[in-house]
Amino acid sequence: MRMKKSPILLLLVFMTIPALMNAQDSVVVNHSEAEVGLDKFDPGKMIIDHISDAHSWHLWGHTEIPLPVIVYSKDRGLSVFSSSHFEHGHKTYNGYMLNEANKIVAVNELEETDAHSATINEQITEGIYDISITKNVISLTVSIILLLLIFGSVAKAYKARPNQAPKGLQSWMEPLILFVRDDIAKSSIGPKYQKYMPYILTIFFFIWLNNLLGLIPVFPGGANLTGNIAITMSLAVMTLLVTVFSANKHYWHHVFAMPGVPVWVLIILTPIEILGVFLRPFVLMIRLFANIMAGHIIALSFVALIFIFGEMHAAVGAGIGVVSLLFMVFMAMLELLVGFLQAYVFALLSAIYIGAAVEEHDHDTHDYDAHVEEALIV
Amino acid sequence: MELVKPAFGLTFWMVLGFLIVLFLLTKFAWKPILKALHERENSIEDALNAAKKAKAEIEGLKSDNEKLLAEAKQERDQILKEARITKDNIINEARNKATAEADRLLALAREGIHNEKMAAITDLKNQVALLSVEIAEKVMKQQLANDDKQKALVADLLKDVKMN
Repeated sequence: MRMKKSPILLLLVFMTIPALMNAQDSVVVNHSEAEVGLDKFDPGKMIIDHISDAHSWHLWGHTEIPLPVIVYSKDRGLSVFSSSHFEHGHKTYNGYMLNEANKIVAVNELEETDAHSATINEQITEGIYDISITKNVISLTVSIILLLLIFGSVAKAYKARPNQAPKGLQSWMEPLILFVRDDIAKSSIGPKYQKYMPYILTIFFFIWLNNLLGLIPVFPGGANLTGNIAITMSLAVMTLLVTVFSANKHYWHHVFAMPGVPVWVLIILTPIEILGVFLRPFVLMIRLFANIMAGHIIALSFVALIFIFGEMHAAVGAGIGVVSLLFMVFMAMLELLVGFLQAYVFALLSAIYIGAAVEEHDHDTHDYDAHVEEALIV
Repeated sequence: MELVKPAFGLTFWMVLGFLIVLFLLTKFAWKPILKALHERENSIEDALNAAKKAKAEIEGLKSDNEKLLAEAKQERDQILKEARITKDNIINEARNKATAEADRLLALAREGIHNEKMAAITDLKNQVALLSVEIAEKVMKQQLANDDKQKALVADLLKDVKMN
């Protein structure tokens, strides 16, 4: 274990250096924009801009990758064009523009005009489906490709060298796969764990990889994917669906009519239990979202501190910069831990919920069938 | 708050992307990996069991060897014991035979000696008889050399005869 820790620490050190450079670059942009529009550096806006999804991927200085905008509207049909046409919300294009929150809204003017003079068409805006390839979609794609490459090659290694000790990447991934299998799936789901292994493994590695990619500040990392509510909601809904569709009659029996409980108590208990079915994935969604977003906010806050104090005096900024840097290194290390921990917690809780849904033994009724089934499992 | 409102587009791509990655990883990574791990665990367990079995077999062989050795030792002891008994028997028999032979020879010798002795005694007796006769003759001759002595003898002899 000792040997494995050092490359991660090294990676962390390398990660932290460009983190500062990138963060400073972006702040410079904001600062220069501030000089044009507003007259002060706005840390809140800078942080929100960084943790929100975007229609372009900012690289450094004034360099950025414009991303495709795909909008479907019942009235106007499908429009596909580059986000560069919006010019950071200063222009309209094809009857659309970006609002203050960087969201696409429909405007009445179909020809290209200045965004400030355009009027928003609320009716059409209500009915548009924006499936643009945003920064988070790119990050998602990158993580999917990485997952496929990593585990494709690991699977190939297993096929090439059957019944032999793992080697290279395989030996990095094997303890993790075994960890997920033995400590998450097998211990929480029980004898039927094998059916749910692919799902648990996928969510664990998907969340962990994206948490780590979020810590890398340079392209293609740095997107706040697992700190985005849409992503955590999708994951939580999938856990809910897996739980609900694999639940057996004992589970529903427990939810709707807890055995051994008087009827008058059931009137209170059953709504709570039904609520609990939905509340559990809801908490999963909030936990991952809040943890990862908070990590990004804290890192960005330390950067913002430098510029807030730098506006007072360059020397103060430099002094705060040193302190901020130390805190950022500390936070980055903490976030590495949090990144793993949140992936583990999400996968573990998903496994526990699935385990509760497929559990065969009924603790309260002790009926004959349960005992026979238990005997069969053992 | 835009932050806590799930965006439709990202949700759409996320669900699509996640289902694709779930499907592809399940088919091309998780199933082969878990199968390979399971197979390897089984093969390790089999190898351990085989080793345990081999060890038990070796133990069995060892105990067999020990048993054979013990048996051989016992047999050797038995043979030695029998040999010792045979040897003692032979010696005793020989001794008995020798004693008997010696006794027989002694008896023969004794008999021989006795016979010789008797012969010698007989011979001696004969000799003594002869000598006695000769001595008597000579004595007679001397005593009967003059007439007086012859008359005395006759008178003596006649005295003994008397008139029976």
